Amino acid sequence: MLKRVLFTTLSCLTLFACAEERQSVDSADAVISGEVSNVDITDPVIVYSSRQEYLIKPLFDRFTEDTGIEVQYQTGEEGPLIARLQAEGEATFADVLYTVDAGNLWSAADKGLLASVDSALLNQNIPEHLREPQGQWFGLSIRARTIVYAKDRVDPGELSTYADLADPKWNGRLCLRTSKEVYNISLVATMIERLGEEATQNIIEGWVANLAAPVFSSDTLVIEAIAAGQCDVGLVNSYYLGRKQVDDPDYPVALFWANQGTSGTHVNISGAGITRYSKNPEGAQRLLEWLSTEEPQVLFSELNLEIPANPTVPSAAQVAAWGDFMQDNINVEAAGRLQAEAVMLMDRADYR
Amino acid sequence: MSKVTNVNVSIGGGVKHWPWKVISYLIAAIVVLPILVILIQWGTVGNGEQEIWQHLFNTKLDRLLFNTLILMLGVGAGVMVIGVGLAWLTTVCAFPGRKIFEWALMLPLAIPTYVMAFVFLGLMSYTGPVQTTLRSWFGNQVYFPNVQASGSVILVLSLVLYPYVYMLARSAFVTQGRSMMDAGRILGKTSWQAFFKVAIPIARPAIVAGVALALMETLADFGAVSIFNYDTFTTAIYSAWYGLFNLAMAAQLASLLLLFVALVLFAEQKGRKKARYTQQNSRNTQLYTLKGWQALAATGFCSLILLLAFILPFIQLLIWCVEIAAEELDSRYFGFLLNTLGLGLIAAVVTTLFALLLAYVKRLPAGFVEKRWQNIAIRISTLGYALPGSVLAVGIILSFTFLDQAIIGAAQKVFGISIRPLLVGSLFALVLAYSTRFMAVAFAPVEAGFERINPKIIEAAKSLGASPTRLLQQIYVPLLKPGLLTALIIVFVDVMKEMPATLIMRPFGWDTLAVRVYQMTAEGQWERAALPSVTLILLGLIPVYLLIRSSRPSR
Repeated sequence: MLKRVLFTTLSCLTLFACAEERQSVDSADAVISGEVSNVDITDPVIVYSSRQEYLIKPLFDRFTEDTGIEVQYQTGEEGPLIARLQAEGEATFADVLYTVDAGNLWSAADKGLLASVDSALLNQNIPEHLREPQGQWFGLSIRARTIVYAKDRVDPGELSTYADLADPKWNGRLCLRTSKEVYNISLVATMIERLGEEATQNIIEGWVANLAAPVFSSDTLVIEAIAAGQCDVGLVNSYYLGRKQVDDPDYPVALFWANQGTSGTHVNISGAGITRYSKNPEGAQRLLEWLSTEEPQVLFSELNLEIPANPTVPSAAQVAAWGDFMQDNINVEAAGRLQAEAVMLMDRADYR
Repeated sequence: MSKVTNVNVSIGGGVKHWPWKVISYLIAAIVVLPILVILIQWGTVGNGEQEIWQHLFNTKLDRLLFNTLILMLGVGAGVMVIGVGLAWLTTVCAFPGRKIFEWALMLPLAIPTYVMAFVFLGLMSYTGPVQTTLRSWFGNQVYFPNVQASGSVILVLSLVLYPYVYMLARSAFVTQGRSMMDAGRILGKTSWQAFFKVAIPIARPAIVAGVALALMETLADFGAVSIFNYDTFTTAIYSAWYGLFNLAMAAQLASLLLLFVALVLFAEQKGRKKARYTQQNSRNTQLYTLKGWQALAATGFCSLILLLAFILPFIQLLIWCVEIAAEELDSRYFGFLLNTLGLGLIAAVVTTLFALLLAYVKRLPAGFVEKRWQNIAIRISTLGYALPGSVLAVGIILSFTFLDQAIIGAAQKVFGISIRPLLVGSLFALVLAYSTRFMAVAFAPVEAGFERINPKIIEAAKSLGASPTRLLQQIYVPLLKPGLLTALIIVFVDVMKEMPATLIMRPFGWDTLAVRVYQMTAEGQWERAALPSVTLILLGLIPVYLLIRSSRPSR
């Protein structure tokens, strides 16, 4: 029995070791090729992505077709992804970090995980407020967080700004998503930057006082609640409404661009940066530059109903139907810098 | 000399036990490491953490505490009433449908809490079919209670978790005997008095154990509470990490959660202490036949619970599945399924092997002091079940990051090569987390298997000249097989349902069915979460079936 148990244990351990070994062999290959051949541009680019596979795979496939450079990617949640990058330190094999929300990118840059990139093409294609000043990360697509309303119960003339949703006239008519969602954190962070902490807190308290129902766990639920009549107005990312409108062109909820008379509608980004210890920075830069050009920018808009970051590229028809709007041109990195402050402010305002 | 002391316990007959002992201590150490790392984080309270603590104290700490407490009280009371009530009815009374309810009431065990939560919300929310129908009947002003309140969370968790109490209370009622009840009634007690004065005290250890299991699951729950956006410690751990980017803070909150777990364990020990283990053979006692409204009420109550806790949610899931199957049933889905099965299988084998080692070492000869230490080591190794997946994950990531840095640093210095981190984000780390969390689940049946081996049989076999191989083939394997198989299957299914640790620790590309359910419910897309949920429930029915089958011969 002893022998048998020992044997089983050993074979199990070996199995594990083999699995591990196979991984490290792959890794070793990457090191060698990275060091020996003074970085062959045809080396694959390795991407850590928090964006879901179906959104990024079509893009990477096109990139490989265009350039012959292979892209390998691994998807995961932002938190563990960044924690892993940090744990890997110099030894990482990731070349590109690709996530949604400026706050996440800011956090990665803040931890010293990203490298500065000076690319004339990227600087030309991506507007200044959508990239980190030192070129540590670049916005690639825009998602606007704005007001949606029930067509039959709200006259768009009544709507104006985010701050206006704190007005008592919306008492019992507002629906919001949970404050734990990073999109809300970023919105509040930029409000703090624009309006100051006190004014922002007053607004958030006003929102909370106007809530028609406890906060929801997703944007989709907010939109559905408005459609069903539980409330009249809400704040969501535009593409969530877009998905509903694709399914049903007569959907009873419509979009309103907030803050057009003032600072512009709050925008967030999906974006990417090159890792500080990238073994293939040239390939990584080519990927980023390529992503800022017309064809992939159009794909962004078509795949997820987002808005191209490159202002010369038109949005998909579904998105263009919402009309042109003025973006808040505050640099989106404010969302990261003020994220912790925003979280605490929302706690104080009892926005759950 | 050693031959003599060994004869009734050792399997191979050898004296060199120390490797086994060392391994069992190592296993215990692996489990303790993450807990220690979490506690150590209190040593690093910097300005940032202090500020956040102050902030939490000023804003929502009281709500977190209150919510967590009210949830424990509510679920504790809920599972006790439902579980004990049902167990009592199905063991002692005869009423229409009893035979079916006896096993069917175990079915909710197959439903993960987070699945129940989103089905409930999908059905009962303002936009769901129930309220929509009510509005179409009575107009828009019809009153409906808030579905995202404590009551809903408690109801949902109680409906999924009551089978723990039901199962254990039932076996207590069956083995402790209806004859005790008869005695009570002969002495002039009413049936209610007999129930409270005789049956409940006798079954108390079992009931307490069941409630403790349910409460641990409640404390560990992340999926259900986040679907209801109901703030507890588990959700606070997440927002400290993801919202405030502060992992140390997350660990400190996690240690508070451990405090709650310790409370539950303490209460369980207390509740068990005065256990009276009197066994009565009750095979031939009569059931009380319920008649008229009593029978109707009994059947009604059992049907209601079965309907709410299993039939309705399952039907709703199937409806959603059918609506969306064409889109969802693609290669991605099979990828999730394969990942889930693969992780479950690896973790089940590893965990059962660990459990086998521990149970084996426990039976090795040892001195009194060593025995004590051994028992402590084993007890600690099985403590992981009380650890919420999120807490475990934070602990393991922190300790592995540290080890990784050390390994990478050493490789750099000694060999001048840069290597990739071996532990963080590896399959090994995740399997370790599963093993830590579900060791107790595997240990119990394996241990029970060993206990069935009468040392005298071994002695007899040996004196008749049986070789160790023959002992193994003809005694150990057949006798341990059922226990090992149970351990394998239960760990397999528990791992597949596990969400919080998987979410944080899965290696890249290892999305599982549970992860898929989380992603879809986070987007409010209930329909698209239905297919992976149904798959998980169907897989979860396997151990439930085994439990039902194994509970039969005992009657």
